[in-house]
Amino acid sequence: MCSVFRSCTRFEPVQSLLALAAALLLRAVAAAAQPAADDLRAINRLTYGVNDASVEAYASVGRASFWAQQLQFVGDAALPQEALAAVDAMTISRVPARDIVGAYEEEARGLKEVADGEARKAKHKALNERYRFVTEEAQRRHLIRALYSRNQLQEQLTWFWFNHFNVFQGKDKVRLLVADYEEHAIRPHVFGRFRDLLLATIMHPAMLVYLDNAQNAAGRINENYARELLELHTLGVDGGYTQQDVQELARILTGVGVSMDAKPIKLPPRLRGYYVAQGMFVFNPHRHDFGEKTFLHHRITGRGFDEVAEVADILCAEPATAHFISSKLAVYFMGDAPPANVVQRMQDSFLASGGNIARTLRALFDSSEFWRDDYLGKKFKDPVQYVLSALRLTYDGRVITNYKPALNWLHALGEPLYGHQTPDGYGLRQKDWASSEQMTTRFEIARRFSNAGGRLFGPPETEDSEAAHTGDLQTDIDRSRVFARLQSLLGPQTVQALSQARDTREWTALLLSAPEFMYR
Amino acid sequence: MSRRRFLGLAGIGALALGPIRLWAVPPAASGTKFVLVLLRGGYDAASLLVPFVSTLYYESRPNISIPRPNGADPDAAVALDSYWGLHPALGSSVFALYQQRQALFVPYAGSQDQSRSHFHAQDVLELGQGYGARLDYGSGFLNRLVELLGPVHGGAVSFTENLPLVFKGNVMVSNRGLKGQPKNPFNARQIDLLEQMYRGNELAEGVHHGLETRRQMSAAQEEEMVTSARGAVNPMGFEREARRMARLMAANSSYAIGFVDVGGWDTHVHQGAARGALSDRVRSLGVGLAGFAEEMGDAWRNTVLIVISEFGRTFRENGDRGTDHGHGTVVWVLGGGISGGCTAGEQIGVSAGTLFQDRDLPVLNEYRSLLGYVFTRLYALSASDLAFVFPGAAPGRYTFL
Repeated sequence: MCSVFRSCTRFEPVQSLLALAAALLLRAVAAAAQPAADDLRAINRLTYGVNDASVEAYASVGRASFWAQQLQFVGDAALPQEALAAVDAMTISRVPARDIVGAYEEEARGLKEVADGEARKAKHKALNERYRFVTEEAQRRHLIRALYSRNQLQEQLTWFWFNHFNVFQGKDKVRLLVADYEEHAIRPHVFGRFRDLLLATIMHPAMLVYLDNAQNAAGRINENYARELLELHTLGVDGGYTQQDVQELARILTGVGVSMDAKPIKLPPRLRGYYVAQGMFVFNPHRHDFGEKTFLHHRITGRGFDEVAEVADILCAEPATAHFISSKLAVYFMGDAPPANVVQRMQDSFLASGGNIARTLRALFDSSEFWRDDYLGKKFKDPVQYVLSALRLTYDGRVITNYKPALNWLHALGEPLYGHQTPDGYGLRQKDWASSEQMTTRFEIARRFSNAGGRLFGPPETEDSEAAHTGDLQTDIDRSRVFARLQSLLGPQTVQALSQARDTREWTALLLSAPEFMYR
Repeated sequence: MSRRRFLGLAGIGALALGPIRLWAVPPAASGTKFVLVLLRGGYDAASLLVPFVSTLYYESRPNISIPRPNGADPDAAVALDSYWGLHPALGSSVFALYQQRQALFVPYAGSQDQSRSHFHAQDVLELGQGYGARLDYGSGFLNRLVELLGPVHGGAVSFTENLPLVFKGNVMVSNRGLKGQPKNPFNARQIDLLEQMYRGNELAEGVHHGLETRRQMSAAQEEEMVTSARGAVNPMGFEREARRMARLMAANSSYAIGFVDVGGWDTHVHQGAARGALSDRVRSLGVGLAGFAEEMGDAWRNTVLIVISEFGRTFRENGDRGTDHGHGTVVWVLGGGISGGCTAGEQIGVSAGTLFQDRDLPVLNEYRSLLGYVFTRLYALSASDLAFVFPGAAPGRYTFL
């Protein structure tokens, strides 16, 4: 007893010294690499989750410049070299969508000559399989940019606006068009004028195929697109329009369609001046209703595609649109119930700037409420934010080569890219995601996550091949670095649970399952 | 004392409270099962229940009508009575239940919402608060029903990947999609650690229910694998899902109220007639529902299953051999103990003069009064109980229960 006691006392100063040294060392590491909780929350809110690059950028320019610098479109200039090379190597980066669709159509036409019905069906299926690369590359490109772009607002807004103007890759030929839709209709406009964004979606074949407007013609009205355009894209369901407005808009949209085969349309001379074609988009005056229309109390003179441009102007000047768009942006970036005065300021900016999206966002980030504790760190992550933030945190600094696991996780969590069937897009609130099933599925993914390193950095997998594991988890996740990144956000219960983890794998699973990691 | 407070006390000997009636339902009724099947997208009810004596029907649908009943034609409607015919794709499934008086249809039914928006109409339907100007997203009607009935009756479960609005509210309802292959990857120690991290968090209850449901479902799944190994054909698609639902509900007294949704009904283009895209969906739904009835076994006698959609579609076909968003729909009522084999509710002939806004089937049988009748009968609800579930609605005058 005595000797034990003595040996203890004898060692005590040494241990204290060691502890002191360790504490000093920790503090030094913390000072260099570990931002305060509020800063971490700010970074989490403005990006797809903290990683080294975002922490460094934030530390060097400060909060205000960190967001202000991002409010402009820079495209792939914000990508690191390795990520950019991966995007550039894709077929969708090199071959225009029109040519891809053209090649597909030609092959499909060839199949018509196959006499046997069953054989034709099988060949058609194989053809569609071969062209699945378009969607797969688009998904990969989306993830690469979201994970590695220095302009994180640009990438979040690309997701946000795609979701706002949602199309579903599983409908008809939309799968051949999603890559182009995101690249040309959505992404260049994410900070620009809302009217340009709206018009770009109206003129994109993906939207026209998805919401059936390609079939909407004078005397054969299909009002599907007209209704969603008002309800989901501009005014919102309470935006004050009537069934009559929907029907009139459907008439205005007659002839707004698609030509996949690039064959010129034969038109009588009196209609030729009204013909509009741009890529696969076609306005066919022969299918248009040239009668006069009344839309939202405006008299619209029948004069072809200019009617649509006029409607876009009318809709973008409507306070209902300004309100609908502003509150949706505020819900996505700020919280499920953003304060009315913040939305009002955004809405005023929207209207004063002619629907400028960057100005609308500036009003949001400029408001003191945005940075308050009742909002910051309180927004439940949707699955895309969850998976991306986990990847950015744990596998930081290396560009993923195989995106299959990440895509599978998004699928399992119910939010696959381009996979929402209905035009309303994915929900943006906690109630849309925080179900008991969602939580358990996240725990399962967190568990698989920690030994996914081998696959993530292994050779790209196709749909049916399961590549062999080539990496070893224990070397892939740097536990102390990851912990240092998040430490200031973690509560005592989580720290306590983490201390009981049996190995790094379980530790990582617990960290990514922790409540602190579910919010941004 | 609010009902929420009752629930809070239930676990700590609330029975000691004495004269206050705690739950609307006596424990004797606790074998009752209720299932709601929501067809999202607005299915074309005029293809399900064909008014085959109406000339307007055939004039309005030159390309997508179902032929008049004719025993020799497999594509013809199956006559239910002298006015209505059933879609032939249900001939071997739901029609068989109908012949056993275990199925009935309520035409001219649905919600009074007039937005013709899927999302708004589904929200209105699931919230069940009526048609006031403003929607209160605080609770859906099935959650309020579970809250009203209390734990004596058993709980509820949603067979969906995400919790639908109809089940959101004060009571925690767990959800579990049955499309895939569930497994339980957590051991008891890991479950403890996970729950420990969430102690005191707003998500704690959901986390607990999720882990518990996962454990139960994986046990049921193992049983299914054993069953199918005996040579039974493994059903696919909705039938597989529906049979799994039935097995879980039949075996588990805490799954007294269930919900599932089925999508893909928004047939704007080329919907087909007796055959085609819509017909395939109707067939798959019918086979699934018949499979559900079979798999429930004895419990089917105490089960009522309702199929509903947010709205019907235009009575006339559109320019693309499809139909657009409309109004009145047909509600299906299935159950081993109902007096079926008929159509029910207010009816009116289909003619140009009776169409709602000259385009859709009208709503004469509002869904809240229909469900209000069902709940009142199943759970012996008082008028004030029902007002809690469906504010402002009275039970309709039906006689099938």
